[in-house]
Amino acid sequence: MKRPEPVQQVKHRRDTALTTLVNAVPYAGFLGIAFERHGDELTAVLPYDEKLIGNPVLPALHGGVIASFLEVAAIIELSWAMLWDELESGRLSPESMAENLPRLPKTIDFTVDYLRTGLPRDAYARARVNRSGRRYASVHVEAWQDNRARLFAQATGHFLMPQRNDG
Amino acid sequence: MSKPDTTDFINALPFARALGMQLEQIGAGEAQISMLWDARFIGDPATGVIHGGAVSALMDTCGGAAVMSYPGALTTATIDLRIDYMRAATPGQRITARAQCYHVTRRVAFVRATAHDEDSENPVATATGAFTFDRKEGSA
Repeated sequence: MKRPEPVQQVKHRRDTALTTLVNAVPYAGFLGIAFERHGDELTAVLPYDEKLIGNPVLPALHGGVIASFLEVAAIIELSWAMLWDELESGRLSPESMAENLPRLPKTIDFTVDYLRTGLPRDAYARARVNRSGRRYASVHVEAWQDNRARLFAQATGHFLMPQRNDG
Repeated sequence: MSKPDTTDFINALPFARALGMQLEQIGAGEAQISMLWDARFIGDPATGVIHGGAVSALMDTCGGAAVMSYPGALTTATIDLRIDYMRAATPGQRITARAQCYHVTRRVAFVRATAHDEDSENPVATATGAFTFDRKEGSA
Protein backbone atom coordinates (compact mmCIF):
# COMPACT_ATOMS: atom_id res chain seq x y z
CA MET A 1 0.00 0.00 0.00
CA LYS A 2 1.21 3.49 -0.85
CA ARG A 3 2.30 5.48 2.22
CA PRO A 4 0.26 8.62 2.91
CA GLU A 5 1.92 11.85 1.90
CA PRO A 6 3.64 13.63 4.88
CA VAL A 7 1.31 16.23 6.41
CA GLN A 8 3.83 19.08 6.05
CA GLN A 9 4.08 18.39 2.35
CA VAL A 10 0.29 18.41 1.94
CA LYS A 11 -0.09 21.67 3.87
CA HIS A 12 2.77 23.32 2.04
CA ARG A 13 1.32 22.43 -1.35
CA ARG A 14 -2.18 23.66 -0.51
CA ASP A 15 -1.06 26.83 1.28
CA THR A 16 1.39 27.77 -1.47
CA ALA A 17 -1.27 27.29 -4.13
CA LEU A 18 -3.83 29.35 -2.19
CA THR A 19 -1.35 32.17 -1.51
CA THR A 20 -0.38 32.22 -5.20
CA LEU A 21 -4.04 32.43 -6.24
CA VAL A 22 -4.95 35.22 -3.78
CA ASN A 23 -1.78 37.25 -4.39
CA ALA A 24 -2.55 37.26 -8.09
CA VAL A 25 -5.57 39.53 -7.47
CA PRO A 26 -4.31 43.05 -6.65
CA TYR A 27 -7.77 44.30 -5.60
CA ALA A 28 -7.97 41.63 -2.85
CA GLY A 29 -4.68 43.01 -1.48
CA PHE A 30 -5.91 46.60 -1.79
CA LEU A 31 -8.88 45.73 0.46
CA GLY A 32 -6.64 43.68 2.81
CA ILE A 33 -8.58 40.42 2.25
CA ALA A 34 -6.91 37.22 3.50
CA PHE A 35 -8.06 33.58 3.31
CA GLU A 36 -7.98 30.94 6.03
CA ARG A 37 -8.03 27.30 4.96
CA HIS A 38 -9.19 24.13 6.69
CA GLY A 39 -8.78 21.26 4.26
CA ASP A 40 -10.50 22.55 1.15
CA GLU A 41 -12.79 24.92 3.11
CA LEU A 42 -11.96 28.61 2.77
CA THR A 43 -12.98 31.55 4.93
CA ALA A 44 -12.34 35.03 3.60
CA VAL A 45 -11.30 37.57 6.24
CA LEU A 46 -11.61 41.35 5.84
CA PRO A 47 -9.73 43.08 8.67
CA TYR A 48 -11.27 46.41 9.60
CA ASP A 49 -9.61 49.51 8.23
CA GLU A 50 -10.74 53.16 8.30
CA LYS A 51 -10.64 53.46 4.52
CA LEU A 52 -13.42 50.82 4.26
CA ILE A 53 -16.00 53.15 5.81
CA GLY A 54 -18.85 54.52 3.70
CA ASN A 55 -20.95 56.29 6.30
CA PRO A 56 -18.69 58.02 8.85
CA VAL A 57 -21.66 59.14 10.97
CA LEU A 58 -22.82 55.62 11.97
CA PRO A 59 -20.00 54.53 11.21
CA ALA A 60 -20.64 51.71 8.72
CA LEU A 61 -18.69 49.78 6.10
CA HIS A 62 -19.26 51.04 2.53
CA GLY A 63 -21.78 48.97 0.55
CA GLY A 64 -19.19 48.75 -2.20
CA VAL A 65 -16.66 47.25 0.23
CA ILE A 66 -19.20 44.60 1.20
CA ALA A 67 -20.03 43.83 -2.46
CA SER A 68 -16.31 43.69 -3.28
CA PHE A 69 -15.53 41.42 -0.32
CA LEU A 70 -18.31 39.00 -1.32
CA GLU A 71 -17.29 38.97 -4.99
CA VAL A 72 -13.62 38.35 -4.15
CA ALA A 73 -14.69 35.50 -1.80
CA ALA A 74 -16.88 33.99 -4.54
CA ILE A 75 -14.22 34.15 -7.27
CA ILE A 76 -11.44 32.73 -5.06
CA GLU A 77 -13.71 29.90 -3.85
CA LEU A 78 -14.74 29.05 -7.39
CA SER A 79 -11.14 29.14 -8.64
CA TRP A 80 -10.00 27.06 -5.67
CA ALA A 81 -12.67 24.43 -6.34
CA MET A 82 -11.69 24.43 -10.03
CA LEU A 83 -7.98 23.86 -9.23
CA TRP A 84 -8.30 21.52 -6.23
CA ASP A 85 -8.41 18.17 -8.09
CA GLU A 86 -5.54 19.17 -10.36
CA LEU A 87 -3.42 20.19 -7.36
CA GLU A 88 -4.24 17.11 -5.31
CA SER A 89 -3.62 14.70 -8.17
CA GLY A 90 -0.26 16.33 -8.92
CA ARG A 91 -1.28 17.34 -12.46
CA LEU A 92 -0.73 20.95 -11.35
CA SER A 93 2.06 22.03 -9.00
CA PRO A 94 1.97 25.29 -7.01
CA GLU A 95 5.27 26.21 -8.69
CA SER A 96 3.97 25.83 -12.23
CA MET A 97 0.80 27.65 -11.13
CA ALA A 98 2.91 30.62 -9.98
CA GLU A 99 4.76 30.73 -13.32
CA ASN A 100 1.63 30.39 -15.40
CA LEU A 101 -1.30 31.79 -13.43
CA PRO A 102 -4.61 30.08 -14.14
CA ARG A 103 -7.28 32.18 -15.84
CA LEU A 104 -9.98 33.22 -13.37
CA PRO A 105 -13.76 32.92 -13.76
CA LYS A 106 -15.47 36.07 -15.07
CA THR A 107 -18.48 37.53 -13.30
CA ILE A 108 -21.66 37.54 -15.41
CA ASP A 109 -23.89 39.04 -12.72
CA PHE A 110 -23.73 39.56 -8.97
CA THR A 111 -26.60 40.37 -6.61
CA VAL A 112 -25.92 41.58 -3.09
CA ASP A 113 -28.48 41.48 -0.32
CA TYR A 114 -27.58 43.96 2.45
CA LEU A 115 -29.12 42.50 5.61
CA ARG A 116 -27.57 44.64 8.33
CA THR A 117 -25.21 47.56 8.71
CA GLY A 118 -21.57 46.53 8.33
CA LEU A 119 -19.99 47.42 11.67
CA PRO A 120 -16.50 48.92 11.96
CA ARG A 121 -14.84 45.60 12.77
CA ASP A 122 -13.50 42.48 11.01
CA ALA A 123 -15.80 40.61 8.62
CA TYR A 124 -15.80 37.01 7.41
CA ALA A 125 -17.27 35.32 4.36
CA ARG A 126 -17.75 31.81 3.08
CA ALA A 127 -18.82 30.93 -0.45
CA ARG A 128 -20.55 27.80 -1.70
CA VAL A 129 -20.44 26.66 -5.31
CA ASN A 130 -24.02 25.56 -5.95
CA ARG A 131 -23.45 24.54 -9.52
CA SER A 132 -20.31 24.42 -11.59
CA GLY A 133 -20.49 23.25 -15.17
CA ARG A 134 -17.91 23.46 -17.93
CA ARG A 135 -19.06 26.94 -18.94
CA TYR A 136 -21.18 28.46 -16.17
CA ALA A 137 -21.18 28.44 -12.39
CA SER A 138 -23.54 29.69 -9.69
CA VAL A 139 -22.05 30.71 -6.34
CA HIS A 140 -23.68 31.84 -3.10
CA VAL A 141 -21.75 33.80 -0.45
CA GLU A 142 -22.57 34.61 3.16
CA ALA A 143 -20.83 37.22 5.30
CA TRP A 144 -20.94 37.82 9.02
CA GLN A 145 -19.10 39.74 11.72
CA ASP A 146 -19.59 38.77 15.36
CA ASN A 147 -22.02 35.87 15.02
CA ARG A 148 -21.87 33.25 12.28
CA ALA A 149 -25.67 32.91 12.41
CA ARG A 150 -26.31 36.66 12.08
CA LEU A 151 -25.40 37.40 8.46
CA PHE A 152 -24.87 41.04 7.57
CA ALA A 153 -24.82 40.39 3.83
CA GLN A 154 -25.26 37.61 1.31
CA ALA A 155 -24.87 37.42 -2.44
CA THR A 156 -25.45 35.18 -5.44
CA GLY A 157 -23.39 35.42 -8.58
CA HIS A 158 -23.09 33.72 -11.94
CA PHE A 159 -19.71 33.21 -13.53
CA LEU A 160 -18.25 32.26 -16.89
CA MET A 161 -15.67 29.53 -16.36
CA PRO A 162 -12.27 29.81 -18.07
CA GLN A 163 -11.41 27.16 -20.65
CA ARG A 164 -9.07 24.62 -18.99
CA ASN A 165 -6.62 22.65 -21.10
CA ASP A 166 -7.21 19.36 -19.28
CA GLY A 167 -9.68 18.05 -21.78
CA MET B 1 -28.57 68.61 -12.85
CA SER B 2 -26.35 71.28 -11.37
CA LYS B 3 -22.61 71.54 -10.91
CA PRO B 4 -22.12 70.44 -7.29
CA ASP B 5 -19.49 71.03 -4.66
CA THR B 6 -17.88 67.81 -5.73
CA THR B 7 -15.02 67.38 -3.29
CA ASP B 8 -17.10 67.51 -0.09
CA PHE B 9 -19.39 64.67 -1.05
CA ILE B 10 -16.57 62.23 -1.84
CA ASN B 11 -14.37 63.38 1.04
CA ALA B 12 -17.18 62.45 3.43
CA LEU B 13 -17.00 58.83 2.24
CA PRO B 14 -13.61 57.28 3.09
CA PHE B 15 -13.97 54.33 0.69
CA ALA B 16 -15.11 56.51 -2.22
CA ARG B 17 -12.00 58.62 -1.57
CA ALA B 18 -9.82 55.48 -1.39
CA LEU B 19 -11.02 54.51 -4.89
CA GLY B 20 -10.43 58.07 -6.13
CA MET B 21 -14.05 58.68 -7.11
CA GLN B 22 -15.08 62.04 -8.55
CA LEU B 23 -18.62 63.32 -8.37
CA GLU B 24 -19.35 65.01 -11.68
CA GLN B 25 -23.05 65.79 -11.56
CA ILE B 26 -25.82 65.45 -9.01
CA GLY B 27 -29.39 66.66 -8.53
CA ALA B 28 -33.10 65.74 -8.69
CA GLY B 29 -32.52 62.04 -8.11
CA GLU B 30 -29.68 61.63 -10.61
CA ALA B 31 -25.93 61.41 -10.20
CA GLN B 32 -22.78 60.84 -12.23
CA ILE B 33 -19.53 59.64 -10.62
CA SER B 34 -16.29 58.48 -12.24
CA MET B 35 -13.06 56.80 -11.20
CA LEU B 36 -9.70 56.34 -12.89
CA TRP B 37 -8.20 52.96 -13.73
CA ASP B 38 -5.61 52.01 -11.12
CA ALA B 39 -3.30 48.95 -11.01
CA ARG B 40 -4.32 48.38 -7.36
CA PHE B 41 -7.91 47.73 -8.45
CA ILE B 42 -7.07 44.95 -10.95
CA GLY B 43 -9.15 41.79 -10.60
CA ASP B 44 -7.76 39.74 -13.47
CA PRO B 45 -3.95 39.88 -13.60
CA ALA B 46 -3.87 38.28 -17.07
CA THR B 47 -5.73 41.19 -18.66
CA GLY B 48 -5.34 44.13 -16.23
CA VAL B 49 -9.11 44.48 -16.08
CA ILE B 50 -10.50 46.15 -12.96
CA HIS B 51 -12.24 43.89 -10.42
CA GLY B 52 -16.02 43.71 -10.61
CA GLY B 53 -16.13 44.69 -6.95
CA ALA B 54 -14.59 48.09 -7.72
CA VAL B 55 -17.24 48.67 -10.40
CA SER B 56 -19.89 47.60 -7.84
CA ALA B 57 -18.52 50.12 -5.36
CA LEU B 58 -18.76 52.86 -7.99
CA MET B 59 -22.34 51.89 -8.91
CA ASP B 60 -23.40 51.64 -5.26
CA THR B 61 -21.93 55.06 -4.44
CA CYS B 62 -23.54 56.60 -7.51
CA GLY B 63 -26.91 55.00 -6.67
CA GLY B 64 -26.72 56.28 -3.10
CA ALA B 65 -25.79 59.77 -4.34
CA ALA B 66 -28.77 59.78 -6.71
CA VAL B 67 -31.10 58.87 -3.83
CA MET B 68 -29.61 61.55 -1.56
CA SER B 69 -30.19 64.16 -4.27
CA TYR B 70 -33.90 63.29 -4.51
CA PRO B 71 -36.01 66.10 -2.99
CA GLY B 72 -36.70 65.47 0.70
CA ALA B 73 -34.10 62.71 1.15
CA LEU B 74 -32.50 62.57 4.57
CA THR B 75 -30.52 59.32 4.68
CA THR B 76 -30.25 56.17 2.57
CA ALA B 77 -28.75 52.69 2.64
CA THR B 78 -28.58 49.98 0.00
CA ILE B 79 -31.15 47.19 0.41
CA ASP B 80 -30.00 45.21 -2.60
CA LEU B 81 -27.98 45.79 -5.73
CA ARG B 82 -27.69 43.61 -8.81
CA ILE B 83 -24.91 44.23 -11.29
CA ASP B 84 -24.77 42.76 -14.79
CA TYR B 85 -21.28 42.80 -16.27
CA MET B 86 -21.71 43.29 -20.02
CA ARG B 87 -18.03 43.43 -20.98
CA ALA B 88 -14.57 43.98 -19.51
CA ALA B 89 -13.71 47.63 -18.88
CA THR B 90 -10.71 48.59 -21.02
CA PRO B 91 -7.58 48.81 -18.81
CA GLY B 92 -6.25 52.34 -18.43
CA GLN B 93 -9.59 54.03 -19.12
CA ARG B 94 -11.74 56.08 -16.74
CA ILE B 95 -15.01 54.43 -15.70
CA THR B 96 -18.09 56.63 -15.38
CA ALA B 97 -21.34 55.61 -13.69
CA ARG B 98 -24.71 57.31 -14.07
CA ALA B 99 -27.57 56.51 -11.70
CA GLN B 100 -31.21 57.56 -11.65
CA CYS B 101 -33.98 57.06 -9.05
CA TYR B 102 -36.74 55.99 -11.38
CA HIS B 103 -39.32 55.46 -8.67
CA VAL B 104 -39.56 56.59 -5.05
CA THR B 105 -42.14 55.50 -2.49
CA ARG B 106 -42.53 56.62 1.13
CA ARG B 107 -39.74 54.32 2.27
CA VAL B 108 -37.98 52.92 -0.79
CA ALA B 109 -36.08 54.35 -3.76
CA PHE B 110 -35.67 52.23 -6.91
CA VAL B 111 -32.48 52.96 -8.81
CA ARG B 112 -31.05 52.09 -12.21
CA ALA B 113 -27.42 52.70 -13.14
CA THR B 114 -25.05 52.15 -16.02
CA ALA B 115 -21.26 52.29 -16.19
CA HIS B 116 -19.08 52.82 -19.23
CA ASP B 117 -15.43 53.42 -20.01
CA GLU B 118 -14.23 55.87 -22.68
CA ASP B 119 -16.47 54.07 -25.19
CA SER B 120 -19.73 55.58 -23.96
CA GLU B 121 -21.81 53.71 -26.56
CA ASN B 122 -21.23 50.26 -25.02
CA PRO B 123 -21.89 49.92 -21.29
CA VAL B 124 -19.40 48.00 -19.15
CA ALA B 125 -22.10 47.18 -16.60
CA THR B 126 -25.67 47.95 -15.66
CA ALA B 127 -27.22 47.82 -12.20
CA THR B 128 -30.59 47.89 -10.53
CA GLY B 129 -31.05 48.41 -6.83
CA ALA B 130 -33.45 49.20 -4.03
CA PHE B 131 -32.35 51.76 -1.43
CA THR B 132 -33.97 52.77 1.85
CA PHE B 133 -35.50 56.24 1.69
CA ASP B 134 -35.84 58.34 4.83
CA ARG B 135 -37.52 61.70 4.37
CA LYS B 136 -36.92 64.94 6.16
CA GLU B 137 -39.78 65.75 8.53
CA GLY B 138 -42.51 67.71 6.85
CA SER B 139 -41.62 66.69 3.31
CA ALA B 140 -44.33 64.78 1.48
